[in-house]
Amino acid sequence: MKIAIVDYGAGNIQNVVKAIASTGLDTVVTKDPTEISQADGLVVPGVGAFARAMDKLADAGLVKVIQDFAKTGKPILGLCLGMQLLFDSSSEFGATKGLGLIPGQVVALPKQVDYKVPQMGWNQNQVSQDLPITEAISGQYTYFVHSYYAQTDPQYIAAWVDYGSVKVPSVVVKDNVMGAQFHPEKSGPVGLAMWQRFKEMVVGA
Amino acid sequence: MTLAKRIIPALDIKDGQVVKGISFENVQAVGDPVALAKQYEADGADELVFLDITATNERRKTIMDVVQAVSQAVFIPLTVGGGIRTTDEMAQLIAAGADKIFVNSAAVKNPDLVTEGAKIFGSQAIVGAIDAKWDPKAQFYRVYVSGGQVPTDWNAVAWAQELQKRGAGELLVTSIDADGNQDGYDQRLYQELAAAVDLPLIASGGAGQVQDFVDLFEKTPVDAALAASVFHYGTVPIPKLKQALSQADVEVRQ
Repeated sequence: MKIAIVDYGAGNIQNVVKAIASTGLDTVVTKDPTEISQADGLVVPGVGAFARAMDKLADAGLVKVIQDFAKTGKPILGLCLGMQLLFDSSSEFGATKGLGLIPGQVVALPKQVDYKVPQMGWNQNQVSQDLPITEAISGQYTYFVHSYYAQTDPQYIAAWVDYGSVKVPSVVVKDNVMGAQFHPEKSGPVGLAMWQRFKEMVVGA
Repeated sequence: MTLAKRIIPALDIKDGQVVKGISFENVQAVGDPVALAKQYEADGADELVFLDITATNERRKTIMDVVQAVSQAVFIPLTVGGGIRTTDEMAQLIAAGADKIFVNSAAVKNPDLVTEGAKIFGSQAIVGAIDAKWDPKAQFYRVYVSGGQVPTDWNAVAWAQELQKRGAGELLVTSIDADGNQDGYDQRLYQELAAAVDLPLIASGGAGQVQDFVDLFEKTPVDAALAASVFHYGTVPIPKLKQALSQADVEVRQ
């Protein structure tokens, strides 16, 4: 069983590799379309700006590769910006098209008194859908660093956190396509437990 | 509901080893950064700060080995600093596994380091570290550099605003007056800074007992409390600290 981690130059992904490796799964960090297609599970990491990340995916010829991977039914997990890329579009620096794997838009966190942007730190997850991917995080704190968040239909929100008056989706799911707004690779034992669940999905798929 | 207040142990690293005494039970290799980091993670630390105090030319390599090894074993945010002067050094530490880099003296000398670092790695990765000491003559908190030894012209509030303007994503502020006294955090310093900047603040210096943390979070809006000795020597065990904070209605990650 092998997990492909999409390498398109958007942020440091070594810590994602280390976390997945700790579950015992093989990982390959790659932008090779064949290697991605042949993987048993796919992780789309990302730190930085939406438009630049989509440009980089497009430059590497990976937009369709990821979209095709999603159609196979094999598990795919986007992390932080990688989660945001799963949606239709983002309003970050003008409207930018995303991967379109989950209906919804990515918008800026609003300015609120006492709630700094970016949201940076540990917030407590409320689970609205009992799924393998949310099993480990119910009522648990995970580590967030982000300035934008996904607005989507409740049917795709598997877990959320409250940030002031905003309900921030923390885990989104549409069939085999999943995303985490937080960093499971930086969320301590809870994050590792989530990686274990992801591993079981990959092995069971 | 909001973010949990963070508890951050600081580890001073010299030649690849943790310095300062340690009194953890069940830790075989006393001074081994990986073993200690794992213990702190298990105890509920929300983040770890590594301060490299190695003075030799080999310094960069030893701290990078530490960061590489810790990030393979511990999965909470890792902040690393101490003598970092270039964005190349930042890049190497981030590649080794650091999530955030803190800059102190070098940023005062060359503020563009902050601007450049934020541009390359994002504001979330750049922490502005400030050592401040109350100046009774000037009637403000003065910024010191070189390990708190050398005074600068900067008022800490103005310097904090400058760091924010240049793209720092967080401030780690040590009170030189309070540091080492174990007599509580310098609350006024953090109140002044919190009123002047919108960045998350990490308070450092002065923790001696559980109540010091409770007071800090009740009386100032800081986001995190950093300490070294009280955690290393076991005076304030993190699980007990978090329980006490929770009982005082301070939201913490349990």
